[in-house]
Amino acid sequence: MESAVALPQWRANLATIAALMARAKNELLRVPGAAIPGVLAPTIFFLGLNGVFGALTQLKGFSTGTYESYIVPVSMLQGAGFTGAAAGVNLARDIEQGWVDRLLVSPAPRWVLLAGTVLAASARALIPATFVFVIALLLGAGWPGIDGLLVTYVMVAAMAAVAACWGSGLALRFKSQSAAPLMQSGMMALVLMTTAYAPLALLQPWMRSVAEVNPVTHVIDAARQGFLGGVSWAETWPGIVALIGLLVVLGVWALREMRRTAV
Amino acid sequence: MDRHSLPRSEAVGLEALRVNARVVRALGMRSIRQTFRRPQLMAPIVVFPTLLLAIQTGGAGGAVNLPGFPPVQSFLQFMLAGAMMQSLMLAGNSGGIALAVDIEMGFTDRLFSAPIPRYTIVLGRLAGTAALGLFGSLWFLAIGLIFGAHIESGFTGALIAIALVTATATAVGGIGAAIALRTGSASVVQGLFPLVLVVLFLSSAFFPNELMIQPAKAIAEYNPLSFVVEGIRGPIISGVDATELGEAVLAIAGIVVLGLLLSARALRHRLRVG
Repeated sequence: MESAVALPQWRANLATIAALMARAKNELLRVPGAAIPGVLAPTIFFLGLNGVFGALTQLKGFSTGTYESYIVPVSMLQGAGFTGAAAGVNLARDIEQGWVDRLLVSPAPRWVLLAGTVLAASARALIPATFVFVIALLLGAGWPGIDGLLVTYVMVAAMAAVAACWGSGLALRFKSQSAAPLMQSGMMALVLMTTAYAPLALLQPWMRSVAEVNPVTHVIDAARQGFLGGVSWAETWPGIVALIGLLVVLGVWALREMRRTAV
Repeated sequence: MDRHSLPRSEAVGLEALRVNARVVRALGMRSIRQTFRRPQLMAPIVVFPTLLLAIQTGGAGGAVNLPGFPPVQSFLQFMLAGAMMQSLMLAGNSGGIALAVDIEMGFTDRLFSAPIPRYTIVLGRLAGTAALGLFGSLWFLAIGLIFGAHIESGFTGALIAIALVTATATAVGGIGAAIALRTGSASVVQGLFPLVLVVLFLSSAFFPNELMIQPAKAIAEYNPLSFVVEGIRGPIISGVDATELGEAVLAIAGIVVLGLLLSARALRHRLRVG
């Protein structure tokens, strides 16, 4: 006999995603210290890079006089990368402890399990991003405008989702927290091998070649536009397309790894 | 004169020294193997500094055109010392984490109950950290040479840089060991990871002090790591300067003394609390 309170499939899926996100939130509330490295790392990078490489703005070709404005979106995206990678590390820990096995025997579709992890990372990435943004404003970074800030936050949330797909894929492949350095260094390379430190024309030739084909360069340009001037659709859409592309590729890969994961 | 012709007390002393050296070597080898077997411990020493070296060299390489930048062959040549510093600092931190894990798992308690002097336990860990520092210096010198950086003062300069990196790794490892012994918690020592980056950014590891902006510039001027970094960088980008070298050695000696004092106190504390 069918239960009278059975939920439609889509509502059950949404409820599962919400439950997984709530679990991630609980982790954050119950072990607040666990969030500190994720917040500290991009903040330290922001302060450090600004203090160390601030003089780069004196080079001909820099479109801004303040390095704070130039580097703050990078640090916000770096925070998203760290947060997404941390989601992968947490998933690897859950695999090691057998928690994922229990999820896999539940009737929830695999994509729903992955979506819970990825969306939780997206939401969580807003914490370090906001922290870095406030510090940057206090140090003199330009106000990006509401539209600029909105675009930056969308890029941060989506970048965290990309990083979470990457981290989850690796966690599911290696089933061990030992893969953590690969998760973190992969994201670090993806975010920083772009126009992160300087405009394209000022990069070393090999780095320029990498940055030109790295889709995250478009994401950084889109996130940065409000800090350097006005927001335009022409600067925004390449970032959106790049993120959709990365999400599709890494999301499909992570899902494939999850489907291959047998109980 | 062989060992058998020495007075009895001296022979016993030599024998004890030989046994202790064997203990230190065994613990040092264990520490190295532990690091190479765990990617989590190896990555901070090799992967992250190498990645950051590539990113900073490629991204901020134009800095050599800034007025006031010291004459260098390339930004990579300038950055090698910074990468070595980052590697050795993280080697010291990783050594502390591994020691804390040993404490958490009860391995250190077993060593405490063994008939060996307690200082050999710390020295064994430091020997491992020194070896990792040596490995890091060779790794980054090799990377520099492969990608076209010159070591301006030649083989002697390279040896000086290697010696300074290895000595600093040991000194920093002493502080990591002290914190591990004091707290007995791997997560606390791991939590120092960001602090290592802060201390590095607030030194001249990644950029000339004169071109840094305030307040980082003022702090870097007095940061002992800046003196060490300049001592390592000098032989690579220009030549061996006795003053720079002396300042680097003094800074390392200061860190060694601090590490020894803290380690001795922490060891006493660990023995008291068990």
